[in-house]
Order: sequence, then structure tokens, then C-alpha cells
Amino acid sequence: MIETVLTGFFGVAAVIGGVLMLIARQPMRAALALTCSMLSLAGVYAMLGVHVIAVFQVLIYVGAVMVFMVYAIMLLDTRDASFTERYSGLLVPAVLGAGVLTALLAWALVGTSGAPPAEGDTDPFAVQRFAEIFLADYWLYFELTSVLLVAAVVAAIAALKAGGRRDE
Amino acid sequence: MNELSFLLGVAVLLFALGLLGVIVRRNALVMLMSMELMLNGVNLSLVTFAREAGSAEAAVLVFLIFVVAAAEIAIAIPIVLTLARSRRTLDVSAWTDLKG
Repeated sequence: MIETVLTGFFGVAAVIGGVLMLIARQPMRAALALTCSMLSLAGVYAMLGVHVIAVFQVLIYVGAVMVFMVYAIMLLDTRDASFTERYSGLLVPAVLGAGVLTALLAWALVGTSGAPPAEGDTDPFAVQRFAEIFLADYWLYFELTSVLLVAAVVAAIAALKAGGRRDE
Repeated sequence: MNELSFLLGVAVLLFALGLLGVIVRRNALVMLMSMELMLNGVNLSLVTFAREAGSAEAAVLVFLIFVVAAAEIAIAIPIVLTLARSRRTLDVSAWTDLKG
């Protein structure tokens, strides 16, 4: 019972965070709203019993991605036209389009019952089970993520160097 | 309303809000944040379906998506920094001459 209430609370909080991010004028407030939304999603994951993913959500999204984003906002504190005028000229068609998209997806959702719960698997999302699957069956992908991150770092340095060269 | 429909509805709303943010906002950093919101919505639907099916492999997939999102942000923010340094603005309408 309490799980259901908390799942509903965190789900609604995630959506409210998304709406606040959309209407916030200052990028820093948008970032804080998005952080709240992501933390609420971590709460949803925890309430679903998917603790591994809840921890990743907090560590990677809130801890790494959003801190990086806040850092960039503080670095680029420029007051420009995007402050006084938040929205582009596409506001009305975009809102209509998003409404149509939401309605279509919600229509597809009506009457979803879902697959029957898997039998015989006690808790597929326990940390031990996840670690066994991850490091026994999918270790190659785990190693490949490090290659991807190194490539991202090299690309970031290259992008900044290319930008600096053009300034001179 | 059962829990599955509720969570998928939240995922749909987060995706639609993120898409709306990418289209209507003018600030490049807020557009990047909206992309993160879209990824979060899709992740929520993936986790919901994975829990319904009882598949632990999906948690590995979600972890890989997190890493890809981190790499994406690690590249996107230096690009925005470079653009903002050359035009002194974060307004994407100043960069309409970008091609390719």
C-alpha cells in the first residue's frame, strides 16, 4: 500500500519537475528542476525494487551529468536573448504536436495489461544477481563502455581545441 | 489505474515534455537538459517493462544507456562551450548558419 502511494508521489513529482524545467527562465532553475525530476525517478526505481538502477540514476545522472551541466551553466553565465524570450517561434505548433503525440501514446497505453510475471525467478534485480549477469555474461560490454568514455574525453578535448584555434 | 499504466503514462509525459523542450526552448543548455529528460522517460518505460517481464538483463542495458548518456553530455557541453565562446550567446537562433 505504502509502496503504491510513494510510487505515485514520485511519478507525479517527476512530471512536475519536467514541467518546471520547461517554464523556468533561468538555466540554473531549469537544472534544479531536472535534478528533482531525476531524483524522483530514482525514488520510483527504488519503490519498484530495482535498487541497482536507482543507485545508478543518482550516481550517474544526478552525480555526474547534472553536476557537469550546472558547472557549464556557471561557466556560461551570459544574459542574452534566450533569457528575455524563452521560447522560439515554434511554441504553438510544438505544443499542439506534443499534445497529439501524448494523446497517441496514451491511446496506445489504454488497456495495457502487461506480460504475466515471470515464474521461478525470486528477485531478478537483486544486486548479486545483477553483478553475476553483468560481469559474467556482459563483461565485454562493460569493457567497451570504458573505450566509449575515453573516446568521449578525447572528442571533448578535440572540440575545445578546435574552438580555441578558430578564435585566434 | 494499475501501476503499469501509471508508470508508462509518466514515461510518455516525460518524453513529450522533453521533446517539447528541445523544440520550443531557445537556450542551448536547456535544450540539452530536455534531451536528458527524454532519455529518462524512455529509461523509465524500459525499466517498467523489464520488471514486468522479470528480466535482469535489462538492468545491464539501462546501465549501458546511462554510460552513453554521460558520454553524450561529455561531448555536447564542450561543443556548446565552443559555440558560446565564438558568438557570446547561448541563444540557438544565433547559430542558424550552421550546416551539415
